Amino acid sequence: MSSNKGKYFKEKVIENIELSEGIYRMTVDGDYSTDRAGQFYMLRSWGIEPFLSRPISIHDANSEGITFLYETVGEGTRLFSELKRGDFIELLGPLGNGFDTDNIKGKVAIVTGGIGIAPMGLVVKNLTDCEIDFYAGFRDRDYSIDYIGNHVKNVHLSSDSGQVGHRGFIIDIFDPTGYDYVLCCGPTPMMKKVAQICNEKGVKSFLSLESHMACGVGACLGCTCETTKGKQRVCKEGPVFPGEEVLTDA
Amino acid sequence: MLSVDLCGVKLKNPVITASGTFGFGSEYNDYYDVGKLGGISSKGLTINPKEGNDGIRLHEVTGGLINSIGLQNPGIREFIASEYPAMKKLGTVTLANLGGATIEDYVEGMKLLNETDIEIIELNISCPNVKSGGMAFGIQCGPAFDVVKEIKAVSNKPVIVKLSPNAENIVDVAVKCVEAGADGISLVNTFKAMAIDIRTKKPVFKNIFAGLSGPAIKPIALRMVYEVRAAVDVPIIGMGGIMNATDALEFIMAGADAIQVGSANFIKPDVAIDIIDGIEEYMIREGIKNLSEIRGIAHL
Repeated sequence: MSSNKGKYFKEKVIENIELSEGIYRMTVDGDYSTDRAGQFYMLRSWGIEPFLSRPISIHDANSEGITFLYETVGEGTRLFSELKRGDFIELLGPLGNGFDTDNIKGKVAIVTGGIGIAPMGLVVKNLTDCEIDFYAGFRDRDYSIDYIGNHVKNVHLSSDSGQVGHRGFIIDIFDPTGYDYVLCCGPTPMMKKVAQICNEKGVKSFLSLESHMACGVGACLGCTCETTKGKQRVCKEGPVFPGEEVLTDA
Repeated sequence: MLSVDLCGVKLKNPVITASGTFGFGSEYNDYYDVGKLGGISSKGLTINPKEGNDGIRLHEVTGGLINSIGLQNPGIREFIASEYPAMKKLGTVTLANLGGATIEDYVEGMKLLNETDIEIIELNISCPNVKSGGMAFGIQCGPAFDVVKEIKAVSNKPVIVKLSPNAENIVDVAVKCVEAGADGISLVNTFKAMAIDIRTKKPVFKNIFAGLSGPAIKPIALRMVYEVRAAVDVPIIGMGGIMNATDALEFIMAGADAIQVGSANFIKPDVAIDIIDGIEEYMIREGIKNLSEIRGIAHL
C-alpha cells in the first residue's frame, strides 16, 4: 500500500444533510484522491468542549471532496450535524491503514451493521475486478444503499424493525461459504460473529474496528485492542484487522 | 530570546511535549517540524516491555480526559535500539521518562540509559495507572527520597523528578527529592480520578481509578508549581492542563523554567508551536528580553 501522509487542516463544508433519522452525510471541500478506503479522519468543529476530536471514517473521497457518513450519538456528532454549507471544519488525516483494496480479488461479501456501512462507500468503488455481494443491517430504514447498490452485484438487507429486508440481524442471512473475502464493519458483537464464522469456514475476513481515540496518530495508546500479536493501536495498525487476529476470545 | 537552560542542557525554547501524549515524537513529525520544540519527553519507559492496561483506556470528561494506559512501552532496550535513533534525529532535546516498579528496576533502566546520549532523565515517580508503577514512590517522602538517591548514585545525566499531585504533601516530596540530589522537578502528573458508567452501574476503568489531565486540573497544578517554587531552588518544569501561551506564561510566572504540553496535543496537533509563538509575541509586546525576567515573578 502506498503511503499517504496525514495532514492537519481546515476546510469548508459543502453539504451536510440528514439521510435518515440521526444519520447525516457531510461533504467537505478539497482533494482527497490519495485517501484509501477504510481510513479515517479526526474531525472537530468546536472549541474546547467536547475535549476530544471525533474519529470518523471516509465514506467517499475524490479530487473534489470527501464525504463522511455519521450518526449523531453524542455531543460531538450533534455539533457536526449543525454544520452548514460554508462552515469550516478541522481535519486530521487520513489516518490508519484502510482496506488493502488493491489485493482483494474475486468474490467478496461486505457485511455491515448500522453506521458500520460508512467506510464501505469507498470500498465498493475501489474494489475493481471483484464480484461484490453487500449485506447491510439497519435499525429501521436503510441509507446509502442507493449509492452503494451501483457498485455491487447483489444487495441483501435486514432491519431490527422489519421495515426493510429480513426482520432481524444481518448475520441471520449471511453465510461466508463461496466467498474469497469478507469485509465487515458494525457493532462489536456482530463483527465477532462474522469473524468467527469466517474463521470456521476458512474464509479470509477483514474487520474495521471502532474505538474511542485521543490523538489518532499512534502516540497516546488510548485506542489499543487485543490481537493475536498483542495489543495494537486501532488508529495506527488498524482500524482494519484480519478477522483471525482480533475479537477472538482466545 | 526564548532559550532556557534546564539543568545544564540548553533548550531552544521552554516548551516540551509531555510524556505519554507524544509517543516518541515521530508520530507528530508528519504534521509539523517537531524539531522546533524545546524538547520531547518520551512515553514512560520501564526496564521490561509492558502491554499496558486492559479494558477502556480513555474517558472524556468536561475539561479534559481520564486515562488508564498503564505505561505500555516496548522496554528500555527496545526503545534504545528502535525508537531513540529516530527520536534523536528530530532536532530537539530528548527527555527519557523512566518508570519502574522497584528501585532495582529504576536503577537497571538508568544504567541502560547512561549508555546513550539522551540529554535528560525525567524520573517518573507519579504514574497512577499501574500498581507500584512509580506512584507508590511519589506519594510519600521516604520512598521518593530513596529512589532518587539510588538513581542519582548511578546516573551520568541530569535527573528531573516528575511528581504526583496525589502526594500526601507535594511540597515536602519535592524538598526530599532535592535533598536526595534531584537536579530538577517536574510537576504535575495526572490526578487520581474515576468515572462510573450508569448503564452498567460500574466504574468505567478496570483499575477503578485513572489519571485526569486537561484544563480541568490547570488551576490546581499551577498552585502546586507556585508552592514548590517557593520551597526549592532547582529548575522546575511546570505542567497540567496547559492549552495556550497564556497558560504557559502563568506557569512560568509561578516559577517554572520550562513547561510541558500534554492533553492539548490531542486538540490541535501543532498546539505546542502556537504556544511557542504566543510566548514570543508576549515577550516582544512586554519588552521582555529573557524569560528569566518573568520566571517566578508572581511570587509576592
